[in-house]
Amino acid sequence: MAQHQVNYLKDGGLPVALTTIDKVVNWGRSNSLWALTYGLACCGIEMMASGASRYDFDRFGTIFRASPRQAELMIVAGTLTKKHAEFIRRLYDQMTEPKWVISMGSCANTGGMFNTYATVQGVDRVIPVDLYLPGCAPRPETLQYAVMLLQQKIRRESANKSQKPKRLM
Amino acid sequence: MRTYTPKDNVQKKPYYTDRYWVAPQVAKSDVSEDAVFAADLEAIKAKYEVLDAYIQLGQMVVVINAADNYGVIELLKNEGEYNQLSELSAIDWLAAEGKFEVFYQMLSMSKRKRLRVKCKIGEKESIESVEKLFRSADWSEREMYDMFGIAINNHPYMKRILMPDDWEGYPLRKTYPLQGDEFAQWYEVDKIFGKEARDIIGPENRDSARVDRYDTERFARLGHEVPRGTDISQGEPDTPLVYQEEGGVFMIDKFNAEKSVVISDRDR
Repeated sequence: MAQHQVNYLKDGGLPVALTTIDKVVNWGRSNSLWALTYGLACCGIEMMASGASRYDFDRFGTIFRASPRQAELMIVAGTLTKKHAEFIRRLYDQMTEPKWVISMGSCANTGGMFNTYATVQGVDRVIPVDLYLPGCAPRPETLQYAVMLLQQKIRRESANKSQKPKRLM
Repeated sequence: MRTYTPKDNVQKKPYYTDRYWVAPQVAKSDVSEDAVFAADLEAIKAKYEVLDAYIQLGQMVVVINAADNYGVIELLKNEGEYNQLSELSAIDWLAAEGKFEVFYQMLSMSKRKRLRVKCKIGEKESIESVEKLFRSADWSEREMYDMFGIAINNHPYMKRILMPDDWEGYPLRKTYPLQGDEFAQWYEVDKIFGKEARDIIGPENRDSARVDRYDTERFARLGHEVPRGTDISQGEPDTPLVYQEEGGVFMIDKFNAEKSVVISDRDR
C-alpha cells in the first residue's frame, strides 16, 4: 500500500532526478568506452583475454572496434618500435575527440627491458597518455581496474573540456 | 647514467682480461681422410680455390674467395645434393681484420650432412646474390644488408627488411651503440614532430635512465603515486584507497545496510 508515494520534501516534490549536463554526458561517455583494437606485443594477448568471455569487457561498455574513427579509447598494449611510432601517431590523430589513451605494460610505459636503438622509450613520447598501467604483462583484472579508473577520471572532468596539447618529451 | 664509452675498438681492447683464461676451441680434423666430405671437397677444389677446409663437430667448413660464392654454392647444390640453405648471415670482424665474414650454412636432406661455406669481404665490397639458387637467401641477404650494410649484387629487391627504409646506420655492427646513435635516438621525434622539436625537448629528456624526483608529469619517477602534475616539492600527499562507487556514480546507489528494510511479513 502506498508504495509509489511521492515524497513532497525531496526534489521539489517531482518524481524526477535532477542532475547536470556534465554528469549525464560523462555518465554516457564513461560507460561506453569503445576501445581501438591495438595489440602490439604480448600485452595484446592479455587485452584480448580481457575482452573475451571470462573477463568480459562488454560489461563496462568497452567494445573493441577495428577502426580509429569509431574508437575513443586507445589501449597501447605492447612494445612500440621506432618503425611503428609514426603509425601510432596517425591512428591517434584519426580518432575522434574526446579520446583517451591507456599505456598498458612496462614496454609502453617506459620502453621496459628494451632499452635499445629500435624501441621508443615510452609511448608518451609520441602521444599523450591518460593512464599508465604497470605490469609485464598486466593481468586482465589489472586492465579492468585501469578502465574503471579511467571511468572515474572521465566522470570527474568537465564534459566539454578542451584537449591539452601534448607535452613534448 | 653511466658514461658512454665508444665501442670502436672494443675488439682490440677488451675492458677486462683474465690472465688464466684459455679460449675454448672446438677440435678441427682433417678432411682428406673423411669418408663423408672428402669427395665434396675434391669437387670444389677441382674448380675453385679453397683457402681452408676442416671438419668441426661433424660438419665441414670450407673457406673460399668471396668472388666464387655463387659458383661454389651452385656446385654444391647441383652435384653435392646440398638442397637446402638453412642459414645465411655475416659476422663483423671489422675492428680485428677490417672484414666481414659471410657464411652459408647448407644441409643435404638426402645424404644427411651439413656444410658451411665461409668467405670474407671488405667493408666497401659487395657480394653476389645466391637468391636464384635458394629462395631462402632473399630475406637473409636483405637482413644482412639491413644489419651490416653489406651490398648484394643482382638481388631482386634490395631493400631494408627490419628497420625503416629511411634508417641510417647498420645496427648489428660492433661499432653501433646499443641505445642508438644520434639519428636513432631522435628518430621518432624527427619524423613526427619535426627536427625543431629537438630544441624544445632537450637531449637530457631523451635519456631513458633520467629520473627527476619532483617531475610528476612523467611516468618514470621514484615515489608514491600521485595525480599527474601535482606539486610534490613540499612532500607527497597521501593517496587514499578509493572505490569505484565513492563520490557517487550517477544513477547507481551504494548499498547502505542501515537504510535497508527487512520484510518480515511474507504475505504483504
